[in-house]
Amino acid sequence: MQIYLPIAEVSVNAFLLLGLGGIVGILSGMFGVGGGFLITPLLFFMGIPPAVAVATGANQIVASSISGLMAHWRRKTVDLKMGAVLLAGGLIGAALGVAAFNALKQLGQLDLLVQLCYVLFLGVIGWLMLVESVIALRRARRHGAPAKRRPRGWVHALPFKVKFRGSGLYLSVIPPLLVGAAVGLLAAIMGVGGGFIMVPAMIYILGMPTKVVIGTSLFQIIFVTGFTTLLHAATNYSVDMILAVLLLVGGVIGAQIGTRLGVKLKAEQLRILLALLVLLVCGKLALDLLLEPAELYSLAAPAGGRG
Amino acid sequence: MIWRLALLCLLAAAPLRAEEKVVAGLSQARVSITTDFEGSEILVFGAVKRSAPAPVEPPLHVIVTVAGPALPVTVRKKERRFGIWVNSEAVEVDAAPSFYAISTTAPLGEILSETEDLRHRISLNRAIRAVDIGPTKGGPAPFTEAVIRIRREDGLYQIRENTVALTEDTLFRTGIALPANLTEGDYTTRIFLTRGREVIDAYETRISVHKVGLERWIFNLAHAHPLVYGLLSLSIAIAAGWGASTLFRMLRG
Repeated sequence: MQIYLPIAEVSVNAFLLLGLGGIVGILSGMFGVGGGFLITPLLFFMGIPPAVAVATGANQIVASSISGLMAHWRRKTVDLKMGAVLLAGGLIGAALGVAAFNALKQLGQLDLLVQLCYVLFLGVIGWLMLVESVIALRRARRHGAPAKRRPRGWVHALPFKVKFRGSGLYLSVIPPLLVGAAVGLLAAIMGVGGGFIMVPAMIYILGMPTKVVIGTSLFQIIFVTGFTTLLHAATNYSVDMILAVLLLVGGVIGAQIGTRLGVKLKAEQLRILLALLVLLVCGKLALDLLLEPAELYSLAAPAGGRG
Repeated sequence: MIWRLALLCLLAAAPLRAEEKVVAGLSQARVSITTDFEGSEILVFGAVKRSAPAPVEPPLHVIVTVAGPALPVTVRKKERRFGIWVNSEAVEVDAAPSFYAISTTAPLGEILSETEDLRHRISLNRAIRAVDIGPTKGGPAPFTEAVIRIRREDGLYQIRENTVALTEDTLFRTGIALPANLTEGDYTTRIFLTRGREVIDAYETRISVHKVGLERWIFNLAHAHPLVYGLLSLSIAIAAGWGASTLFRMLRG
């Protein structure tokens, strides 16, 4: 069934959009990533203009993140205190990111920087997670008990220590603030929620338990992407409501399924899957940069909108 | 309009030629974009009105063009630098129609001279205006060609030679398929009669393409009250997320 999108001004298959929303929703519920790094390029492949894809993607992430968060909330796997600290950092970072974004836009080559950011971060994070998860999984098989991960020494040496009960941590507020700010900065530049950077950062830098990480990152993502949606709607008029509704119907259902699947899988397996997914997206983007494109030229509307 | 003037000059310069006028109609003058819009087929038909018997030679030909609103386009070219492909040169094309279809009774080169094409902007190359192009390697031609190539692949530019049916040198008809991804606005429909590669008469009318109903409402709200629209989008997202979560919990019991 074809449906015409009023803002994107293209006609697309409604079921394809529902399916796309569903897949991203499942990933969102399973891994606590908003799915922005997947949904934006996929919408682009379907012929949706990039500006609309970025803005509407953000709106869809709000829906699937809330759906996922509610499920985690009931199981009490959300560390509210940690989420609030991360959010505070995130908003500061996002403000800096938007300023950086505009400065880079004037220099040109913003698209290249965004793409390089994706390849670099996805590559490094994906590889680190994969290696560490495989080692952990092997160790767990041998000894029958998962190895305890400990945050590095310098994290514990910092002042302003606070008790994060949800995570079972006694930690300085500085590392979560910095993690939040760094994620906010990158999220604003790359136009995504930033879950795929935040989740590993929470596990490896802050040393939070994997189960709490997902709910807590969803909590932060909701506010950051909600803010982004409003900003895009108010300045670029690029949020497509019909596109958003189709994506989020698929997305919220997918998120519920994903959350349930996430509980069934072991934490280490979950991380290997996420690592593979991140590496897959990274590989695709790297190939786009390295291989000669079939069409050397590209068209874009002048001024406004990212391509 | 340059072509109107040109036409006047032409008619004044050739008073001896038997006068032939084009009379035409469209199957629909309005295209309404609704939520389930899947494109539209428009029938262009007409007849040649004469005050004297038709001359035998040179043969009569008909060209029908439909052009969407002309908008500026930035064309970027990728180049390999440091081993990766990056956007290097960019050219701003002043005005390229968002949609362009040409239907003819014979290959365009055989029925239209370069001069007449230049005057009436009939062929695709002429329909795109790129006046103010800065210095580029290899000139602006590769960039305008890229616009045509990319849009032809997307079905937005169509060259359909030999698709106008001409009966008894008097009646003609052709179908123009408007794709689903249309831009709103007035679509200029032009019909040219040619003999001996010269344009002898032209007719212009418009097809109005507009969003209606829900499409119209959403588009207007997004532009007139962007903040309200943003908040509404956000509320839908929050409600959907909340609703699905509650529903699934109820289903589980």
